[in-house]
Amino acid sequence: MSQMKTNGTQTRSFGQRMNALWEYANPVKFMALSGKVLPWIVGLCALTLIPGLIWGFFFTPEAANFGNSVKIIYVHVPSATMAINIWVMMLVTSLIWLIRRHHVSALAAKAAALIGMTMTLIALITGAVWGQPMWGTYWAWDPRLTSFLILFLFYLGYMALWAAIENPDTAADLTSVLCVVGSVFALLSRYAVNFWNQGLHQGASLSMDKEEHVSNVYWQPLVMAIIGFGLLFVTLLLIRTRTEIRRRRLHALMARERMSDA
Amino acid sequence: MLDLGKYADAILWSWGLTLLLLAGLTLMSLRASRKAKADLKAAEERRKNG
Repeated sequence: MSQMKTNGTQTRSFGQRMNALWEYANPVKFMALSGKVLPWIVGLCALTLIPGLIWGFFFTPEAANFGNSVKIIYVHVPSATMAINIWVMMLVTSLIWLIRRHHVSALAAKAAALIGMTMTLIALITGAVWGQPMWGTYWAWDPRLTSFLILFLFYLGYMALWAAIENPDTAADLTSVLCVVGSVFALLSRYAVNFWNQGLHQGASLSMDKEEHVSNVYWQPLVMAIIGFGLLFVTLLLIRTRTEIRRRRLHALMARERMSDA
Repeated sequence: MLDLGKYADAILWSWGLTLLLLAGLTLMSLRASRKAKADLKAAEERRKNG
């Protein structure tokens, strides 16, 4: 067998290693591992988010075309990036729930929704505040702005659906389907600028194309802020998923108590 | 003191709202976590003591 090794030792094949990942879908194992990594992620988040934001706010020069308003990108771009990526993460965990029925994945999607909604709201507000001096309007029915607004409504709908259905498995099923449908708008939010040219919103601020991306003096703190926002998301996601797991366990214990009382 | 020029209002509003929303979300998450932990602990103790 290809995965068997000599010297009496056995190494695991890629498939086996991938299968071992599913062990962390076990709530007990997830709680143990997340409890260990959480302080490290909090530390990394503080080390990237705080310096990234301070650098962006205090130590970046005025831009020739945007003036000092360029400082808004350090909160607008990271929050918009996270708004889309969080929905993608929810899509992956929702598909895992639908296919493999792992409760932790459904709870992780539920835990991520409020964070994603907050990031979308921040992106919408900071975009509007920046739009007024730049475009002369807070809002335009531009493809990217509109798809972001729809994404925000999907986040709201997703959370409302979780709250409205009492049976947690049914709620996980229906919200997962909603998440798959909403993914169209998450992708549209990302690529709307490329699909339609008539919008007000400019192209990506971060691009691998050196001609296209913003100058290094703005780019470096921006990357740091995006990493910081990403780590803040992971931190909050772990805290909130652990809370959801505890609530689920509490719900089960309460149900048992009620049954034994009856 | 940092001079933000004519965009000072837009910049301060954007940053202020962002930090406020992120701080609110973090506090809410921590508070919910603490409550769930305490409630679960109490329920497990009740179960242990019969």
